[in-house]
Amino acid sequence: MMSCKHASHLISEGCDRRLRLQERLSLQLHLWMCVNCRRFVQQLKALRAALHLAGRTGQWPGAKPMPAASRARIRETLYQATRQGKGRE
Amino acid sequence: MTGKQAAHWLDEHGDALYAFAFLHLPDPHRAEDAVQETLLAALQSGERYAGNASVRTWLIGILKHKIADDFRRQARETTTPHSATQAPDPSQDANEDDDFRSDGRWDHPLGNWGNPETAAANVEFWGLIERCLAAMSPRLSRLFVLRELWEWDTGRICKELSVTRSNLFTTLHRARLGMRRCLERSGLG
Repeated sequence: MMSCKHASHLISEGCDRRLRLQERLSLQLHLWMCVNCRRFVQQLKALRAALHLAGRTGQWPGAKPMPAASRARIRETLYQATRQGKGRE
Repeated sequence: MTGKQAAHWLDEHGDALYAFAFLHLPDPHRAEDAVQETLLAALQSGERYAGNASVRTWLIGILKHKIADDFRRQARETTTPHSATQAPDPSQDANEDDDFRSDGRWDHPLGNWGNPETAAANVEFWGLIERCLAAMSPRLSRLFVLRELWEWDTGRICKELSVTRSNLFTTLHRARLGMRRCLERSGLG
């Protein structure tokens, strides 16, 4: 039977390319018998679902706010930039 | 575009932009720079904003451009020999052999993280993700983020960051193993 190490490669690559028929079949057989590799599949799904959420919405639970000092510096830069913009016009 | 408009963007979307930037560039100065550059670029191109997407989506889109530029620059610098500042640290990322015994079985039982959709919306899970992403080496985290968070296809990643397909697969495998191990060691499952 395929080793867990080999299976983990196929599980990971299955996220990035379409596995060949032979690869899919031998992986299915392994997963049927191996609870740890089934867990690995589930864990990657959870990780992917979380990261897709952030990538698509730009938001996620518990995202930290910008430090006040950063906000103040950026505000000042934007203010200067709009003043200069007006000066050129 | 007026200064008032830009200040409004900063008030409304500053936190979201900063959090997104920090997730990719886990350094307060770089994250702040990225947000500032994004708002300056938005200010300059404000009139070209068609208004179809929400302002938030539009600003995140500009920020993504900035981050992608940063990633490409980093990728070039790390492939240049003798670059002192960006030398990859191989000890930072664990080897895949750390997870498997010599007979190829997992060397520890994997935890049950429950329903993937539920986990994705969980605050603690997210806190750990942020921490584990920041702990990953820059090279691994770049490729992992482009693939899993930005959903770039593998062809685009290979082309834009000059990696071979097989190298990308190996790297993503290591990154995924590393993330799951880090998440469990930090208390998940």
